[in-house]
Amino acid sequence: MTINNYEILPIKSPDDLVRVRQATRALAIQLGFSLVEQTKMVTAASELARNTMTFGGGGTLRLETLLDNGRKGLRLTFEDHGPGIPDIDLAMTDAYTSGNGLGLGLGGAKRLVNEFEISSRVGEGTRVSITRWK
Amino acid sequence: MERIPILRMGEFLLVTIQVDMHDRLAQALQDDLAERVVKDSAQGVLIDISSMEIVDSFMGRMIGTIAMICATLDAQTVVVGMRPAVAITLVELGIALEGVRTALNVDKGMELLVASRGKRSMA
Ligand SMILES: Nc1ncnc2c1ncn2[C@@H]1O[C@H](COP(=O)(O)OP(=O)(O)O)[C@@H](O)[C@H]1O
Ligand SMILES: [Mg+2]
Repeated sequence: MTINNYEILPIKSPDDLVRVRQATRALAIQLGFSLVEQTKMVTAASELARNTMTFGGGGTLRLETLLDNGRKGLRLTFEDHGPGIPDIDLAMTDAYTSGNGLGLGLGGAKRLVNEFEISSRVGEGTRVSITRWK
Repeated sequence: MERIPILRMGEFLLVTIQVDMHDRLAQALQDDLAERVVKDSAQGVLIDISSMEIVDSFMGRMIGTIAMICATLDAQTVVVGMRPAVAITLVELGIALEGVRTALNVDKGMELLVASRGKRSMA
């Protein structure tokens, strides 16, 4: 598998969320994603970037395009050094929120992509990686 | 601060969300709209989201909250112009937008508001 074209964006402010959505859209278009595929990936990115900002105290997004046996993909990795998630299963449960959200960000993002990976350590931070294949 | 304009159309208010909305803009819109519904004694509110390329759970919650505030203030809310790709994504995300009525465009939304106002005044 070839991994390339990577870019790292900061996620600190609401302005950064707008840039995250724009950068994700631009790469999805470049990879030839359909409008529905673009919309799903950008929405998942918006959810995860908001979590990084709100719960993770800010962090980064790494954007990568993948090429695997002629198949093209877009991988987004969100990383923060915030408080971490004590119970990942609980956090992934629909309608669970420790704030005042709808609690659909993690579960929803997972449903909107092909691959979803999450790892977190209390006191160290959280990393969520999503991939959508063309 | 930048704000989303609220237009008056007879007894109704029309809000067109045109930008890649910032969180604080969404918050301001909620507050402004509640104020205007009362000040203008609006019967209904049309929220045009035809320019919104995505609706995530934060924006979805905002739309639901606006509808709830308007209903509490005795005005009805219709969300108009949702893009098909946005509708498909919202369902998968798990957002039902319960209690929020939708219409294909502003004209259809107006018809809906006029019709339900008729029903109310006959009751
Ligand atoms: N990056 C993160 N750092 C710490 N906690 C997180 C992070 N992302 C998600 N969480 C936790 O997981 C919960 C569920 O997240 P999510 O499904 O996006 O719902 P919401 O954002 O509406 O709370 C959050 O309320 C929070 O407790
Ligand atoms: Mg969230």
